Amino acid sequence: MSETIIQLDHIDITFHQKKKVIEAVKDVSVSINKGDIYGIVGYSGAGKSTLVRVINLLQIPTAGTITIGGQVTFANQEVQLSPAELRQKRQKIGMIFQHFNLMAQKTARQNVAFALRHSDLSKIERAKKVEELLDLVGLSDRADNYPAQLSGGQKQRVAIARALANDPEILISDESTSALDPKTTKQILALLQELNRKLGLTVVMITHEMQIVKDICNRVAVMQNGALIEEGSVLEIFSHPKQALTQEFIRTATGIDEALVKIEKQDIVEDLASNALLVQLKYAGHATDEPILNEIYKRFEVTANILYGNIEILDNTPVGELVVVLSGQLDALEAAQQAILEAGVALTVLKRGA
Amino acid sequence: MSDLIQTYLPNVYKIGLWGEDGWFMATYTTLYMTIWAFLIGGLIGLLTGLFLVLTAPGGVLENKFIFQILDKVTSVFRAIPFIILLFILAPVTYFLLKTNLGPTAAIVPLSVATFAFFTRQVQVVLSELDRGVIEAAQASGATTFDLIKVYLSEGLPDLIRVSTVTLISLVGETAMAGAIGGGGIGNVAISYGYNRFNHDVTWTATLLILLIIFSIQLLGDLLTRKLSHR
Repeated sequence: MSETIIQLDHIDITFHQKKKVIEAVKDVSVSINKGDIYGIVGYSGAGKSTLVRVINLLQIPTAGTITIGGQVTFANQEVQLSPAELRQKRQKIGMIFQHFNLMAQKTARQNVAFALRHSDLSKIERAKKVEELLDLVGLSDRADNYPAQLSGGQKQRVAIARALANDPEILISDESTSALDPKTTKQILALLQELNRKLGLTVVMITHEMQIVKDICNRVAVMQNGALIEEGSVLEIFSHPKQALTQEFIRTATGIDEALVKIEKQDIVEDLASNALLVQLKYAGHATDEPILNEIYKRFEVTANILYGNIEILDNTPVGELVVVLSGQLDALEAAQQAILEAGVALTVLKRGA
Repeated sequence: MSDLIQTYLPNVYKIGLWGEDGWFMATYTTLYMTIWAFLIGGLIGLLTGLFLVLTAPGGVLENKFIFQILDKVTSVFRAIPFIILLFILAPVTYFLLKTNLGPTAAIVPLSVATFAFFTRQVQVVLSELDRGVIEAAQASGATTFDLIKVYLSEGLPDLIRVSTVTLISLVGETAMAGAIGGGGIGNVAISYGYNRFNHDVTWTATLLILLIIFSIQLLGDLLTRKLSHR
């Protein structure tokens, strides 16, 4: 198995605010492997940002154990590193933010160079490194621009270059694309994916968009009210979400909710024939290879009218979703449903003809 | 020119340009008090303001005790009207300078007033800086000293802006320093102008002070604009 690079065990984070006790993170354990692109999703206030900040100890947990790259950094309610060791550790954990957090009074080049001020490199090597980093994120020509002169996407690229300055093994992304337009978001995600592949960078990304998780993550955790409610590979979570919140997130990512609203307004659905059923089919992996709809027609003479279809490739595995109207004899309909279920396809009846 | 002044502003002319009580000396004295009080009070204010932000709850060097002390001291000096501060600081001034009179003696209360005023201004400027920028610096492994540099360099344009405000209010306070024999343009306006019904002197002194204030404002705005990359 791959090597664990971030191990969080039973992390609790409690804030005391004027006699009020806020449990921001409750008993969360997460294990992230080297080379993962690990997504953490949840609504605002779920505790995602607070949780990831314990990785570089910007947030000191109330209880729990943190192990980063085999080194215990926090245990027994105490930071296990000296201030100097902590600073060194932080250099090996890059971080990017929703609002970029660049120094407005410094140019792109100076912003990147700032992260290198405690490196062992010589002055010349440092300058060279800054150029390389800006080149890596495709911003060599904007090195002398101030952040105010850069677009959102360009600012985030500078921030990524800064985060990578000390050759980190881990990159934490705190909603790094939430302030960007869809096209720029795609570009930044592609860059993160490329860095993950090229440099073997482990990426921990917080997001509230399941679409992003689907696009680039290989594992995902869902947080709600400070607790981690579901965790697994993207394929598992997308094909068999257990928690209601996870299902909700996934529906927003696939767009099926919007599709259903439109489908329900169609004549064929509004006046659903008495021998017809509106069903939703979900399948993952090999189930998609078998022409199940073809088969139920042949075996039971049940026709399937496809109203909506969506197939995603997650982790090299196809995951599909269909909304179809099945029509046929009543007993044949029952048998067809049975056959669909036996083929490993999840089936939900949305509407029965009357 | 000289004839014109002699005819229309007789008292202004009588005071003369040079000499112990001349216009030149008065202007010099005003600038002398302003600049020294700004350097001394401003430096202490900058440090106090900086440490107020660093030690504030949630700050980089969070420390309730130090924060409360700095905050209370600043509040007290900020609350005392300057004209009263002039008199209650007299023993301190005497202890430091062995005199209570003259422009140099006035620098002590002026510095104290400036420190309190500037501290608050610095505190506002620095605490309004994006906390995220500081967090990003921390995440990149910054030392406390690095963070102080980030605070100061990011806040620089605004620090210059509030320095302008502080200098302008300081020029106003030097006028009151005339009350303890501080001299300066304000003193000329009151002693030679208002008190002797020499309105030409009062108005000339007022114009001179306005000139100084507008120059400071102009220079401050120029510098702020030049240094700001927001």
